Amino acid sequence: MNLTLNDLEDYARGAALLGAGGGGDPYIGRLLAEEAIKTYGAPRIISAQELDDDAVIISVAMIGAPTVLIEKACSGDDIDLLIKAMEARLGKPIDALMPIEIGGVNSCLPLVAAARTGLPLVNCDGMGRAFPGLEMVTFNVYGCDISPVVMTDEHNNQVVIDTDSAAKAEKFARSVVGEMGLSAMLSCYPLNGKQLKKWGVHGTMTLALELGQSIRLGRNGDNAVQALLSALNQTDYYSPARLLLTGKVVDVERVTRDGFSFGHCLVQSFDGEKEVNLSFQNEFLSAKSQDTFLATVPDIIAVVDSDNAEPITAETIRFGQRVCVIATSVPELMRTPEALAIFGPRCFGLDTDYLPTTTK
Amino acid sequence: MSNKQKSKPNKTQLTDDVIRLGVDVGGTNTDAVLICGHHVLASTKQTTTDNIYQGIENAVTDVLQQAGLSSEEIDFCMIGTTQFTNAFVQRRELNDVAIIRLGLPTAKALPPLTGWPQSMLDSFKQQVFMFPGGHHFNGAVNSDFSEVLLDPVIENILANSLSSVAISAVFSPINQEFELRAKQYLLTHCPDISVSMSHEIGRVGIIERENSTIMNASLAKLAERVVNAFETSLAKLNIKAPLYITQNDGTLMTADAVRQFPVMTFASGPTNSMRGAAFLSGQQEAIVADIGGTTTDIGMLMQGFPRESSMHVDIGGVRTNFRMPDIIATGLGGGSICDPVKGTVGPQSVGYLLKEKAISFGGEILTATDCALTRDPAFIKEAKPELVTLKAAQLAPINQAINKLISQGIDEIKTSRAKVPLILVGGGHILVHETPAGISEIIRPQYAEVANAIGASIGMVSGDIDQIFDYDDLQRDESLELAKQMAIKAAIVAGAIPDTVSILDIQEMPLSYIKGQATRIRIRATGQLFLTSQRAC
Repeated sequence: MNLTLNDLEDYARGAALLGAGGGGDPYIGRLLAEEAIKTYGAPRIISAQELDDDAVIISVAMIGAPTVLIEKACSGDDIDLLIKAMEARLGKPIDALMPIEIGGVNSCLPLVAAARTGLPLVNCDGMGRAFPGLEMVTFNVYGCDISPVVMTDEHNNQVVIDTDSAAKAEKFARSVVGEMGLSAMLSCYPLNGKQLKKWGVHGTMTLALELGQSIRLGRNGDNAVQALLSALNQTDYYSPARLLLTGKVVDVERVTRDGFSFGHCLVQSFDGEKEVNLSFQNEFLSAKSQDTFLATVPDIIAVVDSDNAEPITAETIRFGQRVCVIATSVPELMRTPEALAIFGPRCFGLDTDYLPTTTK
Repeated sequence: MSNKQKSKPNKTQLTDDVIRLGVDVGGTNTDAVLICGHHVLASTKQTTTDNIYQGIENAVTDVLQQAGLSSEEIDFCMIGTTQFTNAFVQRRELNDVAIIRLGLPTAKALPPLTGWPQSMLDSFKQQVFMFPGGHHFNGAVNSDFSEVLLDPVIENILANSLSSVAISAVFSPINQEFELRAKQYLLTHCPDISVSMSHEIGRVGIIERENSTIMNASLAKLAERVVNAFETSLAKLNIKAPLYITQNDGTLMTADAVRQFPVMTFASGPTNSMRGAAFLSGQQEAIVADIGGTTTDIGMLMQGFPRESSMHVDIGGVRTNFRMPDIIATGLGGGSICDPVKGTVGPQSVGYLLKEKAISFGGEILTATDCALTRDPAFIKEAKPELVTLKAAQLAPINQAINKLISQGIDEIKTSRAKVPLILVGGGHILVHETPAGISEIIRPQYAEVANAIGASIGMVSGDIDQIFDYDDLQRDESLELAKQMAIKAAIVAGAIPDTVSILDIQEMPLSYIKGQATRIRIRATGQLFLTSQRAC
């Protein structure tokens, strides 16, 4: 796969869609990637199959408040340090980098890291979407160790977290990020090639790019949202994809608790007859009609502009927007009983079992 | 954005014996009005001249004659202008800029000018310098700044005869210290340059704030020229009243402030028409549709001010985070061309040639105005709607299409399900016939065609703060009180009469993803302009 400067806008748009309403504004990620590619050249993107079973692969991500990220961005040196620190900790050279989360800003940061270091970037991630916690990753579900977790900031500070629990690591990391000025670089789940091949969600970088392209090209036709739905339905991971409702946002409520943005959003059909109530914790968690769940995590629930299919994040959704609510399936690895025990609806306090999307 | 609070409505208090001149310099027309208290004394619409100043002189002379006033009797002059927006978007008359970023090592991977279109970069010269400095979200030092770092910049400024500098520091909206120190040091060594500081121009978001600051710095020379010319043309008319120029949120800037912050006038046009609509109708909470010849701008008035957009705004391909009115623009206007076969309307328009091309005026093109006139023939006296020979069955789908476009815009801009009034301004208000859904009543105020100039003439002054507070350090109540006092002080510094200043808007935004109680607070205070003319002394 190749990713050129001209592809970045489509890629970031597709990543925003897979962000399921969360993952932060990918605009700043796109700018960072653009700048890195202009300076260092486009990164080499490979498939996991090209790696040896004992190859060393690490993830690169940003953690913290999106509001702070738009002011601090990253220095670049913090990313270099992150990779060096992880390498020192592992005691062996790193062969490749990967995104841990294809949704939102973290789809773009690995591009910066790969462009700067010249290391190849693996076309995969650990969820095929965005999630609010470090433990909500396939690698954790299937027994790969999250540790060591390395965090760095632009002032050459580095913190290594060693714990056998991914949930614990998440809590430690949230404390450290406060001391690092509310945004920091983070790497976790160092993997070998064999683990990555088995437990990675493969091809998601390509999918983000293709979905972003479909949205853009769909705008030349009659119905951009329909074009997006057909594109989703042509993928293995996100099919079946359904249109839950087209309508207007008539209510949005947000509260911040424990460092997350919780809330709900009500979308009403134009004739006023149907309503869909979306709940979110950074990402959209569930879609309900009256008391019936229409879709829940880990399926992707996304809100897009009804006219041009531009993805809208839960952070920026506002009263009066005309939107389409879409629900898609997720890769099989994300739907097993083990996976649902980590990021199924009940993990987010929803009173329902996972309802797989079966029909279009 | 939770916990949005509102204080009591802040009515525009206009002293009855003060005479205000409002001028709107648009692309096609230059409008002027004279206002005394709440009464419109005179209004005029003149053609904008190539040199624009002749148009101003024509318009002002006309309203003075109509009102039978002499130029000495004017207390305040307010001008709304699109000069600076147009100059930047059209990439003309921009001066070279030295750009200084204080923040290293923070944000090093995102240097100034990232994401600018190449054609914009080619339209003026930029010299970029990045040094240590900046702060954290809580105001603590990010890295130390030292003045001597700026010595190479000074050399460069002197060697290249640069006249304008843009300074931005990381988290300067929270802590201004380094930007202020840098400006002072530069001015000590280069006293003739103009310096734009990012904390005075934008909000949190380094790239957007810095972009706005660079835009501002690139307009420094033009600002000097335009403001001088405004002053000269008023002096020629023997008007000695102080001159103010409207900014994008409907509040006023002094002529000197525009020399420093020309970028603040961007998008003042739609704001002025909405503020004018509020004044003419007496409504504080309403929807305004400004229906022109080619497009319609629909916005929402809240407490007499346009609601702000929460979106990022690209100007000339450069992303900014200005305070901009939340406007839905649709391709529908009085001159929109209709197709009676398909039953469609717009977006093509005959524009300002309406009175030559439209059927009702003896032309051959069926426009939205023609269709509207068949319903309400008395709206435009000189028109001849009988020239429109279409049958009712052919007109009905077109009128439905027009209604649909307006209704959709209204529905999209509404903030609640409650019914609100609709104020129609601009020459195309005749297009709206039936009351759209969600609207309690339609208001067509007198002088609606010069709402922009009226909006300019009634501008208030404002003070804003946008900072992150940590409620663990300072309790919520105390934080809010401190923030309010800072906003009020900013309004007074901007020229407001202290007694008239009140809080217009409070927004609290808890920082998500983070434990603890860091919260961003944005507050705006507005007040009536201090009367400084000779008459008041």
